[in-house]
Amino acid sequence: MSGERILVAKVGLDGHDRGVKVVARILRDAGYEVIYTGLFQTPETVAAAAVDEDADAIGLSMLSGAHMTLAPLVVEAVRARGADIPVILGGTVPDHDLDELREKGVAAVLTPGTTAEDIVKEVQRVLDGSQVA
Amino acid sequence: MSFPIGHRNLNRVASLTSDCHNSRVTRARRIFGRQSILAFMSGDTSSPRAQWEAAFNASPTREAEFTTLSGIPIDPVYGPEDGDFPGQYPYTRGPYASMYRSRLWTMRMFAGFGTAEDTNWRFKEIIKAGGTGLSTAFDMPTLLGLDSDDPMSLGEVGRCGVAVDSLSDMEDLYAGIDLGEVTTSMTINSPAAVIFSMFIAQAEKAGVQRARLGGTLQNDILKEYQAQKEFVFPPRQSMRLVRDTIDFTAAEMPRWHSVSISGYHIREAGSTAVEELAFTLANGFAYVELALAAGLDVDAFAPRLSFFFNAHIDFFEEIAKYRAARRIWARWMKDRYGAKDPRSMQCRFHTQTAGVSLTAQQPEVNIARTAIEALAGVLGGTQSLHTNSMDEALALPTEKAARIALRTQQVIAHETNVAHVADPLGGSYYVESLTDEVERQAEEIFTYLESLGNGSLLEGVITGIEENWFQGRISDSAYDLERRMNSGQRITVGVNGFKDGNEEDQMQLLRITNEDEQRQRKRLDSVRSDRNQDAVTAALDKLRTEAEDPEVNLMPTLIEASHAYATVGEMMSTMAGVFGRHVEVPSI
Repeated sequence: MSGERILVAKVGLDGHDRGVKVVARILRDAGYEVIYTGLFQTPETVAAAAVDEDADAIGLSMLSGAHMTLAPLVVEAVRARGADIPVILGGTVPDHDLDELREKGVAAVLTPGTTAEDIVKEVQRVLDGSQVA
Repeated sequence: MSFPIGHRNLNRVASLTSDCHNSRVTRARRIFGRQSILAFMSGDTSSPRAQWEAAFNASPTREAEFTTLSGIPIDPVYGPEDGDFPGQYPYTRGPYASMYRSRLWTMRMFAGFGTAEDTNWRFKEIIKAGGTGLSTAFDMPTLLGLDSDDPMSLGEVGRCGVAVDSLSDMEDLYAGIDLGEVTTSMTINSPAAVIFSMFIAQAEKAGVQRARLGGTLQNDILKEYQAQKEFVFPPRQSMRLVRDTIDFTAAEMPRWHSVSISGYHIREAGSTAVEELAFTLANGFAYVELALAAGLDVDAFAPRLSFFFNAHIDFFEEIAKYRAARRIWARWMKDRYGAKDPRSMQCRFHTQTAGVSLTAQQPEVNIARTAIEALAGVLGGTQSLHTNSMDEALALPTEKAARIALRTQQVIAHETNVAHVADPLGGSYYVESLTDEVERQAEEIFTYLESLGNGSLLEGVITGIEENWFQGRISDSAYDLERRMNSGQRITVGVNGFKDGNEEDQMQLLRITNEDEQRQRKRLDSVRSDRNQDAVTAALDKLRTEAEDPEVNLMPTLIEASHAYATVGEMMSTMAGVFGRHVEVPSI
């Protein structure tokens, strides 16, 4: 599978961009078209960019601990635009947050130590799932 | 460097002479051990060793038993008569003659979370547990100069550090801690001048004169654009604030380190060890050129510049990096910038173990990684050290995890005896060769930056930032390492190898709730309603006017505004109205 468009984004105030850039390159090398928003985005700007760019998935990178607040807000902002773009979260997310994030509509969570191979697999699984739906 | 033959001969002669009952020898042996007695007896004061001895002799010695565990006496340093010694230019082997024989490194544990009261409590725990310095972590809104009630702060208040909005928070943060005694480090960059002003204001309210305050302001804005990415104003406008703080501390705060030039974040963002070293020192040269351009004498401010390096997992490469850092800094400060005061040439640094080397899998293994990294920092001659906690791949540390991290330093300091001898790896063929190679590669980067700036490192570094050169190199290095991991060329225990045990229950993590954010907003509300609004408005108006004149030093007015309980967000947005805001062009 390739050619699908993935918008990777940094939302909130977190400036840690090593992970998002590495993941962006991994996805690009795997054949996806990757768009990076840059730093300091809001849930609104991410959702708007995803819709404008006709993205097939959104990848959020969060290492500041604000994921429980901001990731669900991105999901809501996407839905508020009538779009059905899955949101994948990556970063320092403890296990005890996973259930609540899924309940709030986050399609997948990639936690620290996930290998490149597993990142691509998980992204493709989400993309396949959303096509079926 | 080669010394084995001369070194052995020296020992033999010294051990023969030690049989004679010359009181001078006995005293010398007590102080220096065997190998230095020859020089001492000969009255030779011209050799590097003799000069080192004189300097060592003038230094205090801490209470400890300077022998091996089996009772073998240990000299403070080893090396040939005419070799390099610590405390001697170019300081490859350490900035001071006596190193840890006089004083162990400062065990400075970085802490900050929730509200100022929460962090004040953690600070007191650290001091109780034997920590010898404080280091303040601020939350993301504070790092970006935003108040806790700013819409962009949603979900970020008190998460990555302590929330500070006004002087009121500063008062609570350091309540009950004698700032004239404990040195304090503050990891703050874009709003460094603002937070520093609040710190000075609260200390003075507590009765501590600013001249007595000792500590460090990170204040290293250049690496923000390159790596850490917590920037607010454009580079050149930010550099004006750095100039103001350097100028202010040089004049009024003799015990304060105005800039902590930081490679830590450059490395964490993905650079190699050489890039960390070279970018950091280049940034240092840029600050020196900035202050020189402002008319300051190099020896008036350079002794108060300090450094902050990463301690990553490649043990010997890290040690070589620290040794090369000292040598390069000394040479450049003397030869290029005309420093005469040795303190201007001595690269003194803080070290933190590598956050990126920690794994979420089998987190207890992180204790081993951190211990090895911390040991590299100590063998490399660091002046202070923070050890990461095992749970930090996932969250801010729990109190227990932070205590184990501090205990790791205490084991190194008090059980291993490694602090008895300065630069114990000096003279190792491997370490000396690696030190030279790291230095050579760093010099190549300086040459490139110098050409980029037409002979000016200051211009070269700023141009490198504006052209995304640093950012691109760091991303490339990060991706290169990732590829080597993914191809299996590099093994990380628990991640791509040795995964048995990964499924065990996770450890208890520190949880910051949204209640902290609510509490902080309420605190801010009450500050805003209790303060004299006219005084705030007047101070901010003055700040705006002065910001427009690049010749004015903004520190006095920032202190005035702090006393009036103007908030971080108010002061920063006032300045942003004049300076503008930096926007990074995204690239991957």
